[in-house]
Amino acid sequence: MSAAAIVIETSPSEASDERLDAPAYDLDAVRAEFPILREIVRGRPLAYLDNAATTQKPERVIAAVADCYRHGYANVARGVHALAERATVAYEEARAKVARFLGAETSEEIVFVRGTTEAINLAAGSWGKANVAAGDEILITELEHHANILPWQRLCEEVGARLVVAPIDERGEVPLEGIAARLSPRTRLAAVAHVSNVLGTVLPVRQIADLVHGAGALLLVDGPQAAPHLEIDVRALGCDFYAFSGHKAYGPSGIGALWARREILAAMPPWQTGGGIVHRVTFAGTEYAEAPTRFEPGTPNLEGVLGLAAAIDFIESLGRPAIATWEKALTERALDRLAGIPGLRLLGAPRERASLVSFVLDGIHPHDVATILDGFGIAVRVGHLCAQPLMARLGVPAVVRASFALYNTLDEVEALAAGLAKAREVFR
Amino acid sequence: MSVSGEMRDLYQDLILDHTRKPRNFHDLPQANRRAEGHNPLCGDRISLALDVQADQIREAAFEGSGCAISVASASMLTEAVTGKSVDEARCLLGAFLTQTAGSPAIAGDRQVELGKLAAFAGVREFPMRVKCATLAWRALEAALASDETAVRTQ
Repeated sequence: MSAAAIVIETSPSEASDERLDAPAYDLDAVRAEFPILREIVRGRPLAYLDNAATTQKPERVIAAVADCYRHGYANVARGVHALAERATVAYEEARAKVARFLGAETSEEIVFVRGTTEAINLAAGSWGKANVAAGDEILITELEHHANILPWQRLCEEVGARLVVAPIDERGEVPLEGIAARLSPRTRLAAVAHVSNVLGTVLPVRQIADLVHGAGALLLVDGPQAAPHLEIDVRALGCDFYAFSGHKAYGPSGIGALWARREILAAMPPWQTGGGIVHRVTFAGTEYAEAPTRFEPGTPNLEGVLGLAAAIDFIESLGRPAIATWEKALTERALDRLAGIPGLRLLGAPRERASLVSFVLDGIHPHDVATILDGFGIAVRVGHLCAQPLMARLGVPAVVRASFALYNTLDEVEALAAGLAKAREVFR
Repeated sequence: MSVSGEMRDLYQDLILDHTRKPRNFHDLPQANRRAEGHNPLCGDRISLALDVQADQIREAAFEGSGCAISVASASMLTEAVTGKSVDEARCLLGAFLTQTAGSPAIAGDRQVELGKLAAFAGVREFPMRVKCATLAWRALEAALASDETAVRTQ
């Protein structure tokens, strides 16, 4: 616990003057698509505000997974029978959809993985092992999730490279000067979050990319907190790798994607090896297939891929600008209400914030706050949020996080505020 | 919006009293048995110290930080085991874990009155919070099992 807690009150003047009471889409109709939102929890209707951990699934995603098993299931890229062909075509169509979703140049730049964690491990294990040597440096930031720390920390330990950390400032932003000062001729790669899972900070990826490229290094963006909220265009962002998870974007768990620029991916060696990724195998050696096939050994998660494609269709049917506008309204209402709760310390005050807020209540442990809220059917996240170095920087062992999705309502935000007031009563 | 019955069962006045005013919350320099309970999920850390003389717990104290449940549980533990023999403390430990975590009773366990510690029975309704209530008790288990000499060298 090195530094004092970052406590910055957001003044009302910083909030947008645009106050929305409803999204551009039909909120009731959208909520009706999510069967789980009708659940009764501890005798009350569920208020699900843990969307940065994982999002709930609309009927069309559930149906896509079920339909795969009912009508279109076979192994991908192996058989020649009708079902195998149907499965293979659907799998590759989904890859093209993910490519468009991210603004990729071609679908050959998309590798299906289990999620962001596997995506970053793939980048570190394949590209990293081939390109990072003793004395080289990997740059990350102080607000990273463990998934974007540990693969690089381990790579550095294995090859004798150095992990360099760019600091956050009092707002919970990552100043560009801090990054620029830590880039060196030995920097091989910078790996940064697009959106902080704790502070909600949206990082200036485009400017970071320019700095990193100026130093002759590559940029990987850890994107799961951004993909369901922001327009993603990897070419406009200027990064070299982008990773995201389906489950945080209304898709199934166990599926995600790594995007990498075509020439980078083409030069990367296989990471995990096995069936389905080769041209020719002999005991003397193996000739591997091209990317992205080279990185997808074993039977793929077809139902997950098709569920992810359905989730992308769902997001695009509402439009990310409309989603972002509504989530901003929810977040601003939350910031407004939290500011009125005595003893509540908001963590971070980024000028550009995604739809989440983390805070602590003086004298009440986050786990007790979450249990009281749970008693009202309100689901929030508590703990270190897989960002222990950031917790140390903030000077807290754990936080409470409320995170909003396209289906949340202003009433749910009000319920959160009322629940927090009750928590203060219980622990008075 | 009012706080539900099961919530009141969890956060009883007795528990909240120990949360607000933890008893035996200090270092115990003469302690000869020590153990730390750490819950990596929430960062809670309870250091338990015992002064054991002639197989009797003369004094028990704790330090650390945690949620209401883990702090109250540690506080009430130190009160409950003070003056008990090591064997009695082990029996109490077994009875507490049975009540709170639903651990099967150890064969041959004597029937033990939990007394005030029965306040933690409500935790069973909140499976995610059971580890909070048992944190200090797991430390007690380790402290009682610890080798006196080895602990002294810490």
